[in-house]
Amino acid sequence: MATPPFQENPYQQQPPYPTEPPQPRPQSGRSQRMSESSLRLVWVYPDLLSTYGDRGNALVVERRARQRGLNVQRIDVRSDQAVPTSGDIYLIGGGEDRPQRLAAERLAADQGLVRAAENGAIIFSVCAGYQILGHEFLNDRGERQPGLGLLDVWTGRGEGARCVGDVLAETDPQLNLPQLTGFENHQGITHLGQGVKPLAQVQVGRGNGTGDGTEGAWRDTIFGTYLHGPVMARNPAVADMLIKLALDVNALPPADTTWYDALRAERISATRQPA
Amino acid sequence: MPGPDSEAAAVRDASLPARAKIAVTAGRVAAALSQKAGRGSGSVIGGKIALRLDPDLLATLSDHLDVVLVSATNGKTTTTRLIAEALRAAGPVVSNALGANMPAGITAALAGGSEARFGVIEVDEKYLAGVARDTRPKAIALLNLSRDQLDRAAETRMMAEKWREGLQDTDAVIIANADDPLVTWAASSCRKVVWVAAGQAWKEDAWSCPSCGGVMQRPGDDWFCQDCGFRRPQPHWALQGTHVIDPQRGAWPIQLQLPGRANLANATSSAAVAAVFGVAPQVALQRMQAVTAVAGRYDVVQYHGRDVRLLLAKNPAGWLETFSLIDQPPAPVILSVNAMDADGTDTSWLWDVDYERLSGHPIFVMGQRKLDLAVRLEVAGLQFHVVDTLEQAVRMAPPGRIEAIANYTAFQQLRKAVAN
Repeated sequence: MATPPFQENPYQQQPPYPTEPPQPRPQSGRSQRMSESSLRLVWVYPDLLSTYGDRGNALVVERRARQRGLNVQRIDVRSDQAVPTSGDIYLIGGGEDRPQRLAAERLAADQGLVRAAENGAIIFSVCAGYQILGHEFLNDRGERQPGLGLLDVWTGRGEGARCVGDVLAETDPQLNLPQLTGFENHQGITHLGQGVKPLAQVQVGRGNGTGDGTEGAWRDTIFGTYLHGPVMARNPAVADMLIKLALDVNALPPADTTWYDALRAERISATRQPA
Repeated sequence: MPGPDSEAAAVRDASLPARAKIAVTAGRVAAALSQKAGRGSGSVIGGKIALRLDPDLLATLSDHLDVVLVSATNGKTTTTRLIAEALRAAGPVVSNALGANMPAGITAALAGGSEARFGVIEVDEKYLAGVARDTRPKAIALLNLSRDQLDRAAETRMMAEKWREGLQDTDAVIIANADDPLVTWAASSCRKVVWVAAGQAWKEDAWSCPSCGGVMQRPGDDWFCQDCGFRRPQPHWALQGTHVIDPQRGAWPIQLQLPGRANLANATSSAAVAAVFGVAPQVALQRMQAVTAVAGRYDVVQYHGRDVRLLLAKNPAGWLETFSLIDQPPAPVILSVNAMDADGTDTSWLWDVDYERLSGHPIFVMGQRKLDLAVRLEVAGLQFHVVDTLEQAVRMAPPGRIEAIANYTAFQQLRKAVAN
């Protein structure tokens, strides 16, 4: 395991968030807003952060919400547009190093996503997007660039081989999700502070790259993961969890998962026993 | 590589320096052995051995040739073939026609070249700068750049940057697609550029300015960056409908046996390359008409009494172009996707492809990653059948010519299945 460039959490002294363990906490008020019209699904910066199938997460959430009879308004926000603050679910995806820097700069200037988070929005982030939600990451120029500070994590760059390959992970029991399957492809090493919990513990793969087996991070209704695949296509229960949080309900009407289940079984078995 | 007794080769070899001669001969022997052992044509292993014995061999072999290099994410094999056909109007051509596009394969192809005047060479994107340094080309055609196998390749914009740095001192005439901002960025530091408006259906890799990172504005066919002023150059050549427009505004009809808009674009770029060598567009285009299937692509084969057209699509941009050329519904469509090393092992890219466009076609899904495809199609709201073999798909397919679209290794497997 490569030595991470940062050994200590520079934010440990003054955690930006309360340090009590996070709880899944559907925000009150969102359900009222939801019932007014439709589920507002905001896809943040597809022009910069949609490198490898990230659109799939938006498509799966949209599809599974519609299968439950919900109206879905999908809003794709380009990086020269303002991020709306009244969305229910925000998705932010993976990207290459320069687009990641640009996205972080524009999101910081725009502040829409930060305000949405303050309003209790649900935010699901992947790879480069996950790093941007943290306090800082190493950008394409090798500089430490500030993130949005919405998750108590910070990311350096691994010195060793890139983390590439299929991942299997057990999710935080509190989230009540089945095993996660996905594909990781990153050089980042993401350290978790006190204000978040790991999203999962890897059984196969590297996850956060810190060597302790953690994968991703979450607090309240904000989530980050390194998993592509896309993660929702391989784990429709994650899409369902976001919809449940948006509706403030504990259960949804059933929606068919035949093909997802077949894919999951195949990927889980292939990941456990690589050919 | 042909055997050591090839007469024409022997004539040419006599003019090679001693070290190159030994290297070429050793390469031929290795290729012949490999071929006898049943390991394909043996050209790549032959090239590898020859290059190890003489690292300058590529430069030596291309010394007497007028070299054209062709690189792109998509369409390089076909375009190499079209250019080779066009230039045969002016003299004999040697080419790596089978798509072995890294230095060893290129070396092998050139070593097999007899009295050729032209070397028309397809080059893998990653090797372009090095091959351009070694072969000192007269012309380099840059067709397009888009995302492809990101689990092992460099980032798409980094590829453009690599081209830009590697080609800025070249003496070659660059024939570049002005409709692709990444290709334009790569070519715009070169001294001699012929801009071709060849079109580009896929736009998802160039929403941010390759120069300054600003948000690209793309009204209609135009594109420009509002922040730094980097913009689409005025094209010298253009594809307009099914015509090539030359720099004198002459319009020449393209009559290809190859289907699709992408091949009209490839023909336009090829005509612009041919003109660099004095071959007129009407002559070049007429010769291109002779090209049918290229390495099995676009081939219509008979299989269990049915016509099956074999189509290769390796990445989102390729799938997009392929969807635009298939027969209208209710033509049956077979999709086959693998995720071996040569394909890229992450299938996330399936979600960048608009499979929604297959609505109305009976769809059959196969290949190593058929379940990834099944989820993709389910989310697209399409009806489909998951099958294990091509035979099963063909037997279930309703009447009509079957369009079989596959990614790289899945395509090779389809060819094998139909014994093509």
